[in-house]
Amino acid sequence: MSVLVYLDSANGALKKTAYEAVAYATHFGQEVIALAIGNIEDKQILSNVGKYGAQKVYHISEEKLKTFANAAYASVIAQVAKDLGTKIIVFSASSIGGVIAPRVAAKLNAGLLSDTNVLPKIENGQLIVGKTVFSGKANATFSLTGEFNVISVRPNTVKPSEVGSPVNVESINVSTQESDFRAIAEAILKTSDKISLTEADIIVSGGRGLKGPENFYLIEELAEVLGAAVGASRAAVDAGWRPHSQQVGQTGKTVSPTMYIAVGISGAIQHLAGMGTSKVIVAINKDPEAPIFKVADYGIIGDAFEVVPALTNALKAYKQKIS
Amino acid sequence: MKIIVCVSCVPDTTTKPTFIENNTKLNEQGVQFIVNPYDEYSLARAVALRDATPGSKITVITVGEANTEQNIRKALAVGADEAIRINAKPINAQYVAKQIAHVVKEIGFDIIFTGKESTDYNGGITGNLIAAELDIPYTHSVTSLEVSGTEAKMEREIEGGKEVVRASLPMVLGSQKGIAEPIIPNMMGIAKARTKPLTVREPIPVETPTQLIIHELPKPKGAGKFFKADGNVQEAVNQLIEALSKEAKTI
Repeated sequence: MSVLVYLDSANGALKKTAYEAVAYATHFGQEVIALAIGNIEDKQILSNVGKYGAQKVYHISEEKLKTFANAAYASVIAQVAKDLGTKIIVFSASSIGGVIAPRVAAKLNAGLLSDTNVLPKIENGQLIVGKTVFSGKANATFSLTGEFNVISVRPNTVKPSEVGSPVNVESINVSTQESDFRAIAEAILKTSDKISLTEADIIVSGGRGLKGPENFYLIEELAEVLGAAVGASRAAVDAGWRPHSQQVGQTGKTVSPTMYIAVGISGAIQHLAGMGTSKVIVAINKDPEAPIFKVADYGIIGDAFEVVPALTNALKAYKQKIS
Repeated sequence: MKIIVCVSCVPDTTTKPTFIENNTKLNEQGVQFIVNPYDEYSLARAVALRDATPGSKITVITVGEANTEQNIRKALAVGADEAIRINAKPINAQYVAKQIAHVVKEIGFDIIFTGKESTDYNGGITGNLIAAELDIPYTHSVTSLEVSGTEAKMEREIEGGKEVVRASLPMVLGSQKGIAEPIIPNMMGIAKARTKPLTVREPIPVETPTQLIIHELPKPKGAGKFFKADGNVQEAVNQLIEALSKEAKTI
């Protein structure tokens, strides 16, 4: 039995989410076969996926598939799964894998769970998977009972680790059909953010407590020291202080970093919906009654304008000491 | 242009969910249901598209039981022309997608709006599954949409930026904040909605290979460690750094 894992890639390299999907796939205790599609010239990158647990790596470098088209990728992956007989197919629930997975499931009439954030189990031959539902307020467990089953994994759910060694990369040829290219990516508009919010290990977010856009430099400086991405509450985005791409919570992004630092954010339920599954939550707020303290693991009750600069300086000193 | 807006009715965001029947079903008692927030963006964008495209009509489709009709009327009040309710509990995304695909094949479609996700099961897959059933393109998390003739140009959210997508109609999209400002229904809209057609259809039989086994509430978190900054900011900061480095091991 084997698991097929799709490897997210962009600009000729694999994304962090690709390695996470491989790490997740190793938990089935089956052979892990990884598949990359698109332009990856440095074959060493693909070969090294073996280090993270793949026993085989396949690469499809078909010219037409160099730009992203979820329907075309789905057709190809469904075909590969059929040819190889891989009954479990794993994606990252990213903006790439996450939009291919459902279409693959539809083609294979497969069981489907998207955005899982817990490890899978096989119990009495049954595939058991789970995820948070109701925006983090409950967890649900599902059984996938298809001949094929498709799962997408929320970014930051599994940490990749080196468990094997490089493997051979085999190229495979596929045919594509014109009708799968009726929606294609034409261009990428990059934001100025250095680290993408959904992939970040650490996020520092600011809210209304910062009183205005001119004070977000406090958040940016703290994020810089921690190598963190910058986020914002809906209030800060709706006020026009920050772009929507930084909004965490309902109608923004759902994130699951190792550490989430909320500064001047009261913790409305819509915000908690987007960051409640963060592993460690730190709150900085002057109101000890703020709901954010109900979910926070650590915090400082105090004025952000005093606490944040002091924290940034102290972290700089700490980082110097340990480096 | 035949515009379809798929609407999901979800528990109000402030709901604290509890479960019944061996924790397999949401306890709906006392739960206020609302139009899924992402569907409100869809509705608003659909209304603007209809108004800019003479001869267009918006049909709202919901898979839900009779108690969803109040929210369907809200969708009609913000400007949709007619509604279809498929009379079934929305078991899961695969079930819902097959029901909707079955109906729209019959009534016709040029553009199908769904929300990026619904705020109950947060799957973010229904629109994509509808597109797969209909063998038409799908674009996810769309923050802007321009339609000219049978071509659409969209921007969708990706990690670290946006992707510009060009697609041909017919197509399905998943709306995200930014695509339009939600419309608040006015008195005239509410009055008109009462007489707009709302058709009820029975579902087709659909089995899906995805079964929900159980819901659980997350284990309550232990009380956090909080340091007071009043008087001595430096000390609170040092205590926090100590905790993060020694206990949480996140720095």
